[in-house]
Amino acid sequence: MGQAMISLFSRTSQNTQISTLVFGCDSEVLHLDLWLQGNHMENPDNKREVVLLACGSFNPITNMHLRLFELAKDYLHETGKYKVIKGIISPVGDAYKKKSLISANHRVTMAQLATESSDWVEVDDWESSQNEWLETLKVLRYHHQKLASSNPDNSLQSAVPLIKPGRKRKQEANRYIPVKKNQLSPETKGVPQLKLLCGADILESFGIPNLWKLEDITEIVANHGLVCITRAGNNAQKFIYESDTLWQHKNNIHLVEEWITNDISSTKIRRALRRGQSVRYLVPDAVRAYIEKHNLYSPESEDRNAGVILAPLQKYARGCKQEQTL
Amino acid sequence: MMKSRLPLVLLACGSFNPITNMHMRLFELARDHLHQTGRYQVIEGIISPVSDNYGKRGLVSARHRIAMAQLALETSDWIRVDPWESEQEKWTETVKVLRHHYNESLRSLQFRKELMRKNWPIERATEDFLSSLDPVSPELKLLCGADILKTFSTPNLWKEEHIKEIVEKFGLVCISRAGSDPVQYISESELLTRFQHNIHLVTEWIQNEISATHIRHALCKGLSVKYLIPDSVISYIKHYNIYTEESERGK
Repeated sequence: MGQAMISLFSRTSQNTQISTLVFGCDSEVLHLDLWLQGNHMENPDNKREVVLLACGSFNPITNMHLRLFELAKDYLHETGKYKVIKGIISPVGDAYKKKSLISANHRVTMAQLATESSDWVEVDDWESSQNEWLETLKVLRYHHQKLASSNPDNSLQSAVPLIKPGRKRKQEANRYIPVKKNQLSPETKGVPQLKLLCGADILESFGIPNLWKLEDITEIVANHGLVCITRAGNNAQKFIYESDTLWQHKNNIHLVEEWITNDISSTKIRRALRRGQSVRYLVPDAVRAYIEKHNLYSPESEDRNAGVILAPLQKYARGCKQEQTL
Repeated sequence: MMKSRLPLVLLACGSFNPITNMHMRLFELARDHLHQTGRYQVIEGIISPVSDNYGKRGLVSARHRIAMAQLALETSDWIRVDPWESEQEKWTETVKVLRHHYNESLRSLQFRKELMRKNWPIERATEDFLSSLDPVSPELKLLCGADILKTFSTPNLWKEEHIKEIVEKFGLVCISRAGSDPVQYISESELLTRFQHNIHLVTEWIQNEISATHIRHALCKGLSVKYLIPDSVISYIKHYNIYTEESERGK
């Protein structure tokens, strides 16, 4: 916010505080109603917009993956501070070299079939179409950049709504000035926050040596944030407590407890398929039909990348001299 | 000569208030398990929602529960919902529902036998030959969670002779979650032990416990239940405005 702005009066409403800033500029008086991030506002237009990004193998996508989005959205909405506007599924590229990882084309297609019935979750194949494996942070940065550049009103100047020129408003300290709904245009919201959506296993994988770079984790939790879905009694809280980095940014790590025990892992789905068992009602029907049609999962497919070192481990183990403390 | 499999029908009783993905998953699990034994061919699954006068709090009208189950089962080629139990004036004991459906399948079998005999030229028919063509009457088994076994020992909940008829004449297919021990419930009961050959225990390794109670609570609070129950059922619930705060508070 520019230094030219002067805070002239404030209004307190219940537990909230809005600063109404007046921007003086010649004969024109521009009103700029801003909200302070984190303040609880009854007015839904003032909620911070959030986009959820889920990275992973999605090998295949399951109902559990899809549930993560729904749980995260409900949780963030219930805080009253956020409005989740989009969910992005970003399947990892084949260069990740995880065992049993089948071709990205199939994984992306299945995710697309799975999200057809969703009006807010979509699939992005940028990550999967890269030739090399990409760190999660790079994917976050890419999508954040994408969101920022597609937001038409990044600059504060264009975000300031003008009132009729020549009209001067009386300025009295503590005078109540009602917030006009039409003054809170969407442009004042800024770039949506991009948060990484994950299960508790991802959070705890932060501790696996050479899987993540400490500076990546730091940037993820500092600049973006995590929404982590956990099961009751899970170690997530303890894990955060035991990590200086995570503790420092714990306000940016949202732990969401799932209220049904949902253990539909892709590994179990693949196992069931190999054994000719039904996976109906565990994955969306369209995904099940696609898997059947293309006979995607077999003992052979499970052996893909057997003996190959996972890309991040290969990358970091090479240059790593001392172990970093999370 | 290869031994042919016995045809089998699975029957699940319950509130189905509402039907969830887990209910339907139980059928899939049971069928896979029975097929794997090599002895059975599961030919049908029946969902039998309880009648309204069961008196359970929060039970929405049978009309809705049947309709939602029908929507949920649209994509299934072997499971169907049957309204007979829900249409009875009084609450029907499980054994009576089993008897009804067993008699129904015998009736339709008889009909088919007669049809076949009509179509076969009389000159070539001998009684023996015709009998060998007769379709075998399917077995009917009760599909349930393994906790049903536990409830058999609850005093006054079940009639002893009913339990006996269920396990002796029909049979159970019990689904339990990994880590639980349903065998214990069987061994604790002399009756169940005697007919344990007719109690099929199936372990669900992919935990997916979607309790209908939780679903109703979530709906009341406006939380998402997508991917837990079929989309068509969610639309139905929204359209008819059921499972709202008022309906949950008690009817």
